[in-house]
Amino acid sequence: MEFFRYTKTLGFMGKSKLAMFFSIALVLSSFAILAVKGLNYGVDFAGGTIVQVKYTATAPIDAMREKLKSNEIFEGASITEFGSSDEVVIRMRTTTGDVVVDVGDVTRETLKGTGDFEVRRVDIVGPKVGSELKEKGIMSLVLAIAGILVYVAFRFEWRFALASVLALVHDISIAIGAIALVGLEVNLDVLAALLTILGYSLNDTIIVFDRIREGTVKGRDEEFAEVIDDSITNTLSRTTLTSLTTLFVVFTLFVWGGEIIHAFAFTLLVGITIGTYSSIFVASPMLLLLGFDVKQYHINLAEKARRETEKDKMRAQFESGVM
Amino acid sequence: MKLNYRIVIFAVAIFFGLFFSAPSLFQMQDGKKIALGLDLQGGLHMLLGVKTEEAVKSRIKSVAASIKYFTEKKDILIDGLSFDENGITFTLLDKDDVKTLQSFLHEIQGAVVVVVGENISLSLTNEEIARTKEQAISQAIETIRNRLDQFGLAEPIVARQGEEKILVQLAGIKNAEDEQRARELISRAAKLELMAVDEERAARVGNMSASDAAAYGDVILEDATNPNIKHLVREIPVLDGGMLTDANVGFDQNNRPLISFSLNAEGAQIFGDFTGKSVGKRLAVVLDGKVYSAPVINERIGGGSGQISGNYTVLEAKDLAIALRSGSLMAPIYVMEKRSVGPSLGADSIKASMIALLGGFGLVVVFMVVYYRMAGVIANIALFANILLIVAVMSLFGATLTLPGMAGIVLTVGMAVDANVIISERIRELLHQGVSMHKAIEDGYSNAMRAILDANITTLIAAVVLYAYGTGAIKGFAITISIGILASMLTAILGTHGIYQMLEEKMKKSKNNLFWFGIRG
Repeated sequence: MEFFRYTKTLGFMGKSKLAMFFSIALVLSSFAILAVKGLNYGVDFAGGTIVQVKYTATAPIDAMREKLKSNEIFEGASITEFGSSDEVVIRMRTTTGDVVVDVGDVTRETLKGTGDFEVRRVDIVGPKVGSELKEKGIMSLVLAIAGILVYVAFRFEWRFALASVLALVHDISIAIGAIALVGLEVNLDVLAALLTILGYSLNDTIIVFDRIREGTVKGRDEEFAEVIDDSITNTLSRTTLTSLTTLFVVFTLFVWGGEIIHAFAFTLLVGITIGTYSSIFVASPMLLLLGFDVKQYHINLAEKARRETEKDKMRAQFESGVM
Repeated sequence: MKLNYRIVIFAVAIFFGLFFSAPSLFQMQDGKKIALGLDLQGGLHMLLGVKTEEAVKSRIKSVAASIKYFTEKKDILIDGLSFDENGITFTLLDKDDVKTLQSFLHEIQGAVVVVVGENISLSLTNEEIARTKEQAISQAIETIRNRLDQFGLAEPIVARQGEEKILVQLAGIKNAEDEQRARELISRAAKLELMAVDEERAARVGNMSASDAAAYGDVILEDATNPNIKHLVREIPVLDGGMLTDANVGFDQNNRPLISFSLNAEGAQIFGDFTGKSVGKRLAVVLDGKVYSAPVINERIGGGSGQISGNYTVLEAKDLAIALRSGSLMAPIYVMEKRSVGPSLGADSIKASMIALLGGFGLVVVFMVVYYRMAGVIANIALFANILLIVAVMSLFGATLTLPGMAGIVLTVGMAVDANVIISERIRELLHQGVSMHKAIEDGYSNAMRAILDANITTLIAAVVLYAYGTGAIKGFAITISIGILASMLTAILGTHGIYQMLEEKMKKSKNNLFWFGIRG
């Protein structure tokens, strides 16, 4: 079977203006959503308490609410369904530091008489730990991007590095915008998903860039846009196929992975789609915009090759004892 | 069929994978297995903080106790001995004793003594305060570890995290009662104090406030069995639990559990001296700020042993004895982070992620065969080997599989075939150009190599950062992703190449591009 077999090059760069417009609009609206709605930080980052309770029948949320009112440690608690109607999550911004009197025990006592239930999970994240996790989270995103920037600059050229990082920032911004839009709770797993997107989207970009590099090395000083179009066309089937297989599995995670992995899978779903798009329509045109100069690149390559041979010559001379 | 070095390495890798993943996959008795994370098997994870300033306070308190003991022993008359978190103050009544007293005070480690006339004040140096705080943390770790070791759970983890946090992980806690017991055991101060009852004023305790009591150098404590009963005792204890050497559960004449303890030589000496001169008075046995009993001293008690009777069950007495034996906590601890997962939730998570894994795996495998035919089959063999290798390496290193780790394996399935997709696409491209099958395969691999390496290395960079900065379960995700990427280099690149080379003769003969690579022409 073969979905993609193009005998002629597709004109991606011709559409790049439109794509740029679309991308900028998406990123800007992501920022707007972020500014208006903000991120819904979960306990991992904001600190707070989560108690997950599973009933043997449908959870009596109203009755639970009544009962919880009787104890002040549940002040401001919200109760929401979690995955199914018999499972609920009680969320609070407050935390208790007491080791012995645990909020799980208190919940068990307080909810007595609302039915047959089991406390399945208690998460308490103190404010100090929460802010530490947040700090570390932001640090990890920044460090990962910096590491990638250095590696790509080393393997390709600085414009390639800059273009790929801009594409990454584009992907992450839109993914975060989507998270804010649906009001997804941001916890450590969402951070992990964002970092995965980073790696994944870059994968796509690098496969295309590799072709472009190959094209510029081989080719004459032809029009750079054509090289890009050629490279994208040639890698198009790989790009779509891999995205498809990965989307398959992420989709199964999203559908059957259970509530607890939902946010993770959602973030990946958005990120992989955007990442695939950006490697074609953001990263590559960015190379053009940044003014990648094929002629200069050739000169640099020749220079590098010359230095290498010179070094080899010197080494040979040194080894044969001339110097 | 021809053997080549690639296929040999691949075969060795598969054998390695089978051998080391078998214990985990088939839940065998022997061999190293993957440990399930707390989120999958259920358990308790806590980050505890230590209220170190309380340790400083109790250090000052014990210095005060030793001053009291010393002056009484040497018949040095002092008055107004009191202390707070900053230090100790008292007045010396007979100036002639100042030399003896000063030489004693100077021997107290890290103390700064200021003498102004008859007023003497003592405080701790900053180094001593820092040392006390540090000691409180390391002692808390030691104590909690000792207690949990005796609690009867398999492999409790107690470790220091960062400067001042204590990580406690208990896997396999079965129910809420066990969890609560563990938490009580961990946090119990287990601070035993023997305090003299203030017989002069004890009768008036009912209408005395805490500050009234403090004015006399006393403190009001609750009774352990009935909180309404109050006891008035001297604030500075005769003895504290630091001199305790052993504690065990025993039974009284009515067969009720009690705890018998013994003191070290120094403690026995102080205990003997005190009881000898306090016959007819009461001595309160105080545990964690509550009075368990206050018997009248009938005679001098030598030998240095005593009992704590109270209204507890055998299990409670047992836990209490463990706590006393393993030492008291110098400072109270508090929860900074806690995650507890019930075993049923863990089981649900395993089920859900297994469904996702098998579902995703099935979809990818079918897709690859339909799309690439034989090349797809070969890629699938590599994929299968990849998962085996992930499981094997994780088992070998005793790595922990968490829920995000499961997601990492699922994701690896999607990403690992990527290398084969890239290679197959390159081969197809060359075949379309009319290149021979042999050359198409060799060039396809060498063309694809650079891109695959660059792509994998950048993903590895992200994974390593995630490992370094992630906590707990997220680390598990970084581990499985990293192992998956490294394994895919071996399976998807080297392994499949080896298979092609082995089948080369056949491929040359058949020349059937549709069968081998799923394309016409």
